[in-house]
Amino acid sequence: MDSSNAAGTSNGGSGDGDPAAAARRNTKMPKYSKFTQQELPACKPILTPKWVVSVFFLVGVIFVPVGVVSLLAARDVVEIIDRYDDACVPVNMTDNKLGYIQNETISKECTRTLTVTKDMKQPIFVYYQLDNFYQNHRRYVKSRNDAQLRDYKKANQTTSCEPERTTADGKPIVPCGLIAWSLFNDTYIFNRGNENLTVDKKDISWKSDREHKFAKNVYPSNFQNGGLIGGAKLDSSIPLSDQEDLIVWMRTAALPTFRKLYGRIYVDLKENDTITVKLDNNYNTYSFGGKKKLVLSTATWLGGKNDFLGFAYLIVGGLCIFLAFAFTLLYVIKPRKLGDHNYLSWNRHPAGR
Amino acid sequence: MKRFVYVNDESCGESYCDNRVSNTKYTLWNFLPKNLLEQFRRFMNQYFLLIACLQLWSRITPVSPVTTWGPLAIIFIVSASKEAWDDYNRYLSDKKANERKVWVVKDGIRGQIKAQEIHVGNIVWLHENDEIPCDLVLIGTSDPQGICYVETAALDGETDLKTRIIPSICANLSSDQLGKVKGVLECPNPDNDIRRFDANMRLFPPIIDNEKCPLAINNTLLQSCYLRYTEWACGVAIYTGNETKSGMSRGTAEPKLTAADSMIDKLTVAIFVFQIVVVLVLGFAGNIWKDSNGRKHWYLMYPAEGPWYDFLVIPLRFELLCSIMIPISIKVTLDLAKGVYAKFIDCDEQMFDRETSTPAHSANTAISEDLGQVEYILSDKTGTLTENIMIFRRCCINNTQYGDDSGDALKDTRLLNAVSSNEPDVVKFLMVMALCNTVVPIKSNDGAISYKAQSQDEEALVNAASNLNMVLTSKDSSSAEICFNSSKFQYELLDVLEFTSDRKRMSVVVKEGGSGKFLLLSKGADEAIFPRSNPGQQTKTYLEAVEMYSHLGLRTLCLGWRELEEGEYKEWSKKFQEASCSLDNRECKIAEVCHSLEQGINILGVTAIEDRLQDGVPETIKLLRSAGINVWMLTGDKQNTAIQIALLCNLITPESNGQLLSINGKTEDEILRSLERALVIMKTTPERKDLAFVLDGWTLEIILKHSMESFTRLAMLSRTAICCRMTPLQKAQLVGILKTVGYLTLAIGDGGNDVRMIQEANIGVGISGREGLQAARAADYSIGKFKFLKRLILVHGRYSYNRTAFISQYSFYKSLLICFIQILFSFVTGLSGTSLFNSISLMAYNVFYTSLPVMTILFDKDMSETTVLQYPQILLYSQAGRLLNPSTFAGWFGRSLYHALVVFLITVHTNAYEQSNMEEISMVALSGCIWLQAFVVTLDTNSFTYLQVILIWGNFVAFYIINLILSSVPTLQMYTVMWRLCSQPSYWITMALIVTIGMGPVLALRYLRNVYRPSAIDVLQQIEQTNGPTQTSRNVESATRIYLDQLLTDLRRNKGSIHQPLLSDSVASIR
Repeated sequence: MDSSNAAGTSNGGSGDGDPAAAARRNTKMPKYSKFTQQELPACKPILTPKWVVSVFFLVGVIFVPVGVVSLLAARDVVEIIDRYDDACVPVNMTDNKLGYIQNETISKECTRTLTVTKDMKQPIFVYYQLDNFYQNHRRYVKSRNDAQLRDYKKANQTTSCEPERTTADGKPIVPCGLIAWSLFNDTYIFNRGNENLTVDKKDISWKSDREHKFAKNVYPSNFQNGGLIGGAKLDSSIPLSDQEDLIVWMRTAALPTFRKLYGRIYVDLKENDTITVKLDNNYNTYSFGGKKKLVLSTATWLGGKNDFLGFAYLIVGGLCIFLAFAFTLLYVIKPRKLGDHNYLSWNRHPAGR
Repeated sequence: MKRFVYVNDESCGESYCDNRVSNTKYTLWNFLPKNLLEQFRRFMNQYFLLIACLQLWSRITPVSPVTTWGPLAIIFIVSASKEAWDDYNRYLSDKKANERKVWVVKDGIRGQIKAQEIHVGNIVWLHENDEIPCDLVLIGTSDPQGICYVETAALDGETDLKTRIIPSICANLSSDQLGKVKGVLECPNPDNDIRRFDANMRLFPPIIDNEKCPLAINNTLLQSCYLRYTEWACGVAIYTGNETKSGMSRGTAEPKLTAADSMIDKLTVAIFVFQIVVVLVLGFAGNIWKDSNGRKHWYLMYPAEGPWYDFLVIPLRFELLCSIMIPISIKVTLDLAKGVYAKFIDCDEQMFDRETSTPAHSANTAISEDLGQVEYILSDKTGTLTENIMIFRRCCINNTQYGDDSGDALKDTRLLNAVSSNEPDVVKFLMVMALCNTVVPIKSNDGAISYKAQSQDEEALVNAASNLNMVLTSKDSSSAEICFNSSKFQYELLDVLEFTSDRKRMSVVVKEGGSGKFLLLSKGADEAIFPRSNPGQQTKTYLEAVEMYSHLGLRTLCLGWRELEEGEYKEWSKKFQEASCSLDNRECKIAEVCHSLEQGINILGVTAIEDRLQDGVPETIKLLRSAGINVWMLTGDKQNTAIQIALLCNLITPESNGQLLSINGKTEDEILRSLERALVIMKTTPERKDLAFVLDGWTLEIILKHSMESFTRLAMLSRTAICCRMTPLQKAQLVGILKTVGYLTLAIGDGGNDVRMIQEANIGVGISGREGLQAARAADYSIGKFKFLKRLILVHGRYSYNRTAFISQYSFYKSLLICFIQILFSFVTGLSGTSLFNSISLMAYNVFYTSLPVMTILFDKDMSETTVLQYPQILLYSQAGRLLNPSTFAGWFGRSLYHALVVFLITVHTNAYEQSNMEEISMVALSGCIWLQAFVVTLDTNSFTYLQVILIWGNFVAFYIINLILSSVPTLQMYTVMWRLCSQPSYWITMALIVTIGMGPVLALRYLRNVYRPSAIDVLQQIEQTNGPTQTSRNVESATRIYLDQLLTDLRRNKGSIHQPLLSDSVASIR
């Protein structure tokens, strides 16, 4: 009969099953490891007075000298700042600055005299500074197309360049977008006495930008051809990688007050030297009340003339030392034993919760 | 509604589903839509989808849509693939079951088909050890008596063998006839009750006459059980596929939400509201700036007239900018963390029960935090607190108590003498012990007899009887043989009047082989037997014996017998047959008929069975109680036994320090009065005294009907309660009451009667014990012994809660930090909604840079397990939710705001003027956040293992490596930025400044609090440090065990004196 056969096979099946089950039972015991038992060796620091006071003290001791050094470095920097947007408006136009700047017939030339307050070692950095100018505005900061700048084949890619994408007849603008369109166009010529101080405008932009972001074979086209002229015009015979003012301008600033490098002067300036600056005051900041400043500055290892780090370090270092002393004093006046059972809430109120 | 099954006849009858079993949730086609739909039922996912959709609108999106779509897709893919994997495994196991070969007989021809091809009405042929493929009605077995044995462990978790018998109508069918039998079964529509099957069956001529035969559950073979010790059996398929009883009782449990989870949800909603407010305010202000200022800035080229939705653009931009306030990764992070907690529980060596070799297991991986917040433990007694190993200890026969001196009746020489001298009462007593049960003797090959029983008590009685020379040697459905002092006696088993929890007794009717006398043998609870005793008999001594035994914590059973007249039996038997045949209300009718026979019983004696306390129960309860957890005992046992066990296991304190209030009474009024009195005493007694109340099931029923409110108040006041004589439903009701008041309850039990309570409670813990695995299967956690509960709660629960508290709040902290920086930045961008950070940084910040360090907290322990077990009071911190609540969250919120200010202001000031280009500032700010969060995690970590160090600082190093690599890709915006920054000294000086200003105040405040206003956690950490790690937790456990063992023996010695005053002083001592 079939049944005996089938019984045989089914028995065989269960015979296989049983040792397997037994094996499983034996391996049910979790494998021991320090990890699964959560018994890894651990270091458990707690905030003892000694530890905390020494941390604060140490931080203070390190911070104060760093602060002093930073402050000295910042003090070493000599900086000449000259605001010229108001001063360059002719006296008869002070009530109508906007009219002045928008009227192309009025000459925008202007002369400023700067006095060097301290000896300045070359290289001297020439910056222009704009105030209340929102390069970081969302409409503005996105209005560019990097692909177009990088590759001449992609000149037609003007997405996200709104509202400066194409000319009225639909030709793509290179470089497109609001940022390029509003390129800063004031120019400066420096003279010390009769001697002309040449401003070196080479290498003012990031090397990486020149080499990778702005291509050598992309030339400006259809730029500033529309009805509305924004800022500077570009020479369409010079590739973008050599238009360093544009490259600098297109590294958008994150803050509404910013400086951009105009060029470098490789001449040492002496104290009380007078420098005359002949400038073209073309750029419109009058409509929104922005300031324009011309900045001549030297630099140190820490950067420009910025006291903030030095003062912050001094203050923080001082506070840390003060806290270290205060904690020590507090501990001496009011010593508390750590790990006292009496502090346990249930020991204080034995009745429980 | 009924279904008619035509045996072996596929032509007639309705068609029912085939036997294809399907446990899968999805099919290949509906997986994607169904799973997506399911995931989008969650609010968080809907929210993120909305955000992601908004981001597709390039006019408003601050960053690339990838920042939301990426993580969202990852989250979806992760949970979908987990579902898919689970479902695929279910499909595979279904397939294996469906394609298994089974033997069926069709028109007398036997053939093999796939299990899924079985149809209702087919005759299925099974062999020994086969798994039963669908629900069958047994019609034939290899056993001449027509019985077979099945193992039902897969169905109800009970490991003992069950006997199944063929219906009387099929008794005389030969195996050839079986294949050709025709007939009809009338059975109820499929349901999930595995203990009930009220049906009947008729066979068609020519085989047999046309009589209706009743069918019950013991005529069935249910799907997923195994056939054992029977060469073959065959049956008619009645329910197939997913309509079988096991298929119907499969259900998906509702997912439980932990208290911590709901707190996180609340906080999420709060943050959401905050976000809306911020968005509205900034959006409004942004629109004003645009109108008043924006148009003057010619280089922005604002059109004079925008589209109609122009006023919405800026608010929506801010909405997108702020959407990171709610961390998209929190769900995934928490799920991952919970999975790890569960793994830790599964792997815990110290919760591994070596005796039964059961490891702890967490079936529900999502609720570990709740363990740390338990406020009420509701525990079953038998099998949970006690070992559920029944040992026959004492007995009282014919007014003589045996076993009083030694505590073991089996060693009592008087009893042994009585046995050897054939004293008639003792012999009868032993005969009832051996016969009045449903025990199955199984002879092994070497001739030794072992017993398989459904009830531990019965097994104990039969074993005791065999030790007293009354050996049950063999038994089948109709006869039993016992051997007393080496002479054999045959009995014909006529009827079994089964045990039910309502009847609290069982009886058998037997016909003595030699004399032909009909005997009724009964055993049951005292209150079920004494009222039915022969009125002429003196029961006083038995009552006293019962009283005394239960004071000793023993379980008592009364045995009795009666001789029946043949006529009386015949008449009754007919009625019994009728009642067993009835289709509806059968149980009640049977009980009635049984009742009529069980009258005038001659009491033979009382047995007392000991159920020993489990190892480590008293100290565990003590520890849990000092951890501030209220422990209630819910048992089906008698009040006295329950109180004694409660005393033994430290649940209640003896008089002078404790008081036991008994709530009882004969009438409703009395009960309610006694409840009010108890309430008054509860309120007025000073807290120091341990008060407990005790009530029984009947009282509870009345109280719940009339005075739910007072009882709820009493429940809230009482740290301890003993509830006896509880039905499974009442246990669940009590859990329900505590839950409605808002307490977090944990129910622990081991048997099928605890399943409802376990499922009802916030946390269900099952003891994988002797009463089967039913409770363990239904539970969220299963452990081998009650004593592991303390580790489960105090160690795993507490750590889990602490860790979840940190992870969740930290997730919000880091999201808020980056979001606040974005908001602060928007103030210098003319409120236009520019994002300071680029898309890559934002996405990596949430998904990568900040999610790895937070994982270190999974290995963090604020204090060692030893300390926690030494100072269990510390559980209060997690229990009361002190680490995750609105005020701690406010602390994190404030910290993120402060840190955002620090990072932003310092960045803006150090990188002013010529260094203020977007990419550099953004990277400086991002590095500032990374530096700060590394220190935040470090400061909040309590114990550093090498894992923490690697994860926190490795992540820190990884941040620089990743960004340096990204800075080398020319096409990215951040090309060369990181290289440039790393070479500037000012960058590093700035970072040090950010960390010092950011962390200095945090450190100072934490120090002051630690030293001058320490929390208990701080103090214990300090104690741990100053005392050093003296003992490992294993040592402590053994030390306390020795101490407690001593205590226990003292207690046992004084037992007699303890129980008396305890109840006499209570409110209602008038009984």
